[in-house]
Amino acid sequence: MNQWVNFTKGFIKENPVFTLLLGLCPTLAVTSSAFNGFGMGIATTFVLMCSNMVVSLVKNYIPNKVRIPSFIVIIASFVTIVELVMQAYAPSLFKALGIFIPLIVVNCLVLGRAEGFASKQSFLSSLIDGLGMGLGFTFALTLLGSIREMLGAGSIFGFKFIPGDAILVFILQPGAFIVLGYLIAMFNRLKKSA
Amino acid sequence: MEYFIIIVSAIFVSNIVLAQFLGICPFLGVSNKVDTAVGMSGAVLFVMTIATVVTWFIYNYILAPLQITFLQTISFILVIASLVQMVEIMLKKISPPLYQALGIFLPLITTNCAVMGVALLTIGKDYNLLEGVVFAIANAAGFGLAMTLFAGLREHMDLMEVPKGMRGVPIALVAAGILALAFMGFAGMV
Repeated sequence: MNQWVNFTKGFIKENPVFTLLLGLCPTLAVTSSAFNGFGMGIATTFVLMCSNMVVSLVKNYIPNKVRIPSFIVIIASFVTIVELVMQAYAPSLFKALGIFIPLIVVNCLVLGRAEGFASKQSFLSSLIDGLGMGLGFTFALTLLGSIREMLGAGSIFGFKFIPGDAILVFILQPGAFIVLGYLIAMFNRLKKSA
Repeated sequence: MEYFIIIVSAIFVSNIVLAQFLGICPFLGVSNKVDTAVGMSGAVLFVMTIATVVTWFIYNYILAPLQITFLQTISFILVIASLVQMVEIMLKKISPPLYQALGIFLPLITTNCAVMGVALLTIGKDYNLLEGVVFAIANAAGFGLAMTLFAGLREHMDLMEVPKGMRGVPIALVAAGILALAFMGFAGMV
């Protein structure tokens, strides 16, 4: 398989959030600012990449019947690593993301790639697929976070460029649903023309 | 009184789906019809309550005394996954009609972040066992309320003339946003 296509498919054509609708819980919950979205995206990318690599390495040794529980244990180990590292080196981000860090374990995107891709493909393809999908997820979260922060607080990544008040509802919960709805509609249009 | 506050705040003020964003996948996935929404909510109520009790015991009697609480993510997900399997097998044997009603939803629940989320929240809030159980049941009720309301909305929406680009998921998300806006009216109640 062409590795470049494999890498870039996660951005628009098979974007996990906008096209596959996977991992919507963290997508909606943590994107109240661009930075939080970015942090969550990077954490998920790390887990996705590592679990894809390990799954593709051990795929021949795992009996078919117990493969899903085994994949979950592999994913959970990497989530624990992320949890501990983030708690030590980025405590404010860890606090902002809250229970959504341990909940990466039940993110259907991670298990979906392990089961649907890494358990059939070679080590290198799995690594690139994990990285591409993860960065696509990061891209989606950062985009959603930027739009919400821009409309709701008049700033991007904490840098304020619209003085005064903004439309607060966009950084509250309803804004998450509404902005994501319009973004998905836009991506459907983009996909059709591409 | 304490329990009353837990119940009201879990169902209305910080609704698990519309305010905490847990369990969005089934919320969007199986909310096309009111019947399936009710079935799914029943299965979640069942599993969420049992999972919260079991994880509470594991945390307080195994992980905390041995000071290995950092293993909670791994142990909770394994417990929940095996619990769902066990519930499925037992239900098939004990109550076939209930299994018929809830059966197809059970495997979906393992990757439902609402179950794991409520288990983690119960630990995080330092609830005792009874408070944890009340919290789990109230959250499941909140999940059921949001699911059923939303399924009713979507059944109506099927008959509407929606602009072509917004059909399906986009309009569902916008409707969910407006529903969340309505639920924000409960803020400050407790």
